[in-house]
Amino acid sequence: MQRRDAVQVLAVAPLAAAFRWAPESVREASALARTAVARGAPYEPKHFTAHEWETVRLLVDLIIPKDERSGSATDAGVPEFIDFMVGDDADLETPIRGGLAWLDHECDNRYGKTLVASSDTDRTALLDDIAWPKKAKREHSAGVAFFNSFRDLTASGFFSSRLGVQDLRYIGNTFVSEWKGCPPEALAKLGVTYGE
Amino acid sequence: MTFFPQAKVYDVCVVGSGAGGGMAAYALTQAGADVMVLEAGAPWDNSKDSAMLTWPYESPRRGKSTKERPFGEFDACIGGWEIEGEPFTRAPGTEFSWWRARMVGGRTNHWGRISLRFGPYDFKRKSRDGLGDDWPISYEDVAPYYDKIDRLIGIFGSKENLPNEPNGVFLPPPKPRCHELLVKQAADKLRITCIPSRLSILTRPLNGRAACHYCGQCNRGCKVNANFTSTNVLIAPALATGKLTLLTNAMAREVTVDKSGRATGVAYVDKTTGTDQHVRAKVVVVAASALESARLLLNSKSAGFPNGLANASGTVGKYITDTTGTDVGGFIPKMVDRVPHNHDGVGGMHLYMPWWLDNKQLDFPRGYHVEVWGGAHTPSYGFMGGIHRYPPGGGYGKQLKEDYRRYYGATIGFSGRGEMIPNDDSYCEIDPRTVDRWGIPVLRFHWKWSDHEYKQVKHMQETFRALIAEMGGQASSPMPGAERGYGIAAGGTIIHELGGTRMGDDAKTSVLNRWCQAHDCKNLFVTDGGPFVSQADKNPTWTILALSLRTSEYIADQMKKGAL
Repeated sequence: MQRRDAVQVLAVAPLAAAFRWAPESVREASALARTAVARGAPYEPKHFTAHEWETVRLLVDLIIPKDERSGSATDAGVPEFIDFMVGDDADLETPIRGGLAWLDHECDNRYGKTLVASSDTDRTALLDDIAWPKKAKREHSAGVAFFNSFRDLTASGFFSSRLGVQDLRYIGNTFVSEWKGCPPEALAKLGVTYGE
Repeated sequence: MTFFPQAKVYDVCVVGSGAGGGMAAYALTQAGADVMVLEAGAPWDNSKDSAMLTWPYESPRRGKSTKERPFGEFDACIGGWEIEGEPFTRAPGTEFSWWRARMVGGRTNHWGRISLRFGPYDFKRKSRDGLGDDWPISYEDVAPYYDKIDRLIGIFGSKENLPNEPNGVFLPPPKPRCHELLVKQAADKLRITCIPSRLSILTRPLNGRAACHYCGQCNRGCKVNANFTSTNVLIAPALATGKLTLLTNAMAREVTVDKSGRATGVAYVDKTTGTDQHVRAKVVVVAASALESARLLLNSKSAGFPNGLANASGTVGKYITDTTGTDVGGFIPKMVDRVPHNHDGVGGMHLYMPWWLDNKQLDFPRGYHVEVWGGAHTPSYGFMGGIHRYPPGGGYGKQLKEDYRRYYGATIGFSGRGEMIPNDDSYCEIDPRTVDRWGIPVLRFHWKWSDHEYKQVKHMQETFRALIAEMGGQASSPMPGAERGYGIAAGGTIIHELGGTRMGDDAKTSVLNRWCQAHDCKNLFVTDGGPFVSQADKNPTWTILALSLRTSEYIADQMKKGAL
């Protein structure tokens, strides 16, 4: 399968799923996107310019970087997920692209550069101003609102990925032959018992 | 209108295949009747079509809702608040949303399987507090049918001998999840009754159906039919009798009548071809969902019935209600750093709180039950709903990643589901200027909450916040004030619309008699939520099923006697 085909399937998927959940087409699109990521093939974004795409890739890894336990947001395919969602949900495109533009504009005002071109220290200084809503200054409110939703979207993409599910140590979505309740360690942690 | 007279005259034509229609089809075919079911939506088969056990990463949307699937793309139910080509309208100032399912099995593909019997008080509310109206029947009239439904469909629960929460024929309930025990602890301290939930999910094999495998995904449609849907538990055996004809994509337009005023069948639109068709039947059972059934009767106008069929009283579309509702979630510090384990459980809560207070001590009538949610679920779209609302207040980088792991599953929430009292300002009627894509006039809604409902919802909010505080948690949102109706959910959004064709002994103030038979048209019956005289603080499905079975047995009996 060529990359072009994969992109076409992705473009068709939301339409196919429009009336009724269409497992085949959506699954296929998802699998193709995953394979492309696994092969390291360059993914062509459908809803972002090249510069926006670079910014998205940078930003998601600033939010969820690689650490001792698991890989980064880009390792988990989060940029591709965001690209899909922006096409799937019409209400997302303007806030996301506008938010990326806000970041660049803010960086330009502060440092005369885009976010991508700014230094690590400068990027950190900017994120520190918008990443904690309660501590943020009023003049940064647009950036705060964008960062809240972009961080949520990044977390959705990361933790719902195969990599993220493992990272969280989620156990479930499977057949259980007999429900025995929660294990003793889980009960002890909350200070509850089955009274048996 | 062009009719295409079909040679066959069915014994019964049922409009709708959800709880009320499916039960009628089941009971009437068992009794030997030739039955035609008209379903406005598409076919669906859980064993083939269900997304059970799909991982969110198998879809690029990661489980997010779509317009067609407002409860997530993996949800079984085809339907929603807005349906292409099927508008409804609202009177100025009215906030009301109308959910419709468009598939075989109707809303039984969607609901939480919370299967509560109405209690003795629920049928006689006016006698107790002077508000609304009593039902013409009592709990004792319905109890034998609840028993039959319990045995036929299966329900788990516990016998608690509470005065207005009758015992049923229960399968054993599943043990609570660990965080639900925490809820129980808090409820005990606050003297709130907290007992095993009562859901129509099999914890033991029943009538050839497998027991639950505890994946927690009932809403996606169960591939092994361990939970209840009309499709697989009622329609399938009805089809197996060879007595049922199931027609999908058939949108009922009108119940037709002859000159003597008897129903002769149902005119419908075949949505696949867009053509008008007609099915003839000796008896018509309308079970299109409470409000859709009211619409169908109002649109069934003829010389003998100028205001719509069975509407001599003028009460079709009146006395409609929805359940009151509001939700509060909270962060529970004790639940941080969870011990990884599988607690998917059944597709719903394992514990709940039935109404526990005495209204004499309160400033509002009627009550509510409390549904419990929270804990860790399969991570999917909307994961954790805003980390900035948790104690770290936001962040990024390695610390944030660690915070997500620590705080994942550390929330508990409560949803109140209470009883609205019918009022004169809440009703539906035909909008004279608007039709759907088949030219069928649509409903226009009028809706108004009274102080009863607002005060009740305020009490819900206070209770949930007290429970969260008792568990050492913090509510994730501030208490909504009077200007926001204390957080009351908009009419229709709890998806428990009832009434519109209510039953009663007086033909001047009701549409149906105590057998859900139209006062004005002897061979016409309604078996969905329409006949309900009042809500209760209980989900209506189990009562819809019981009443439909009761009415179906009555129809079979009357047909045998030649009385219909």
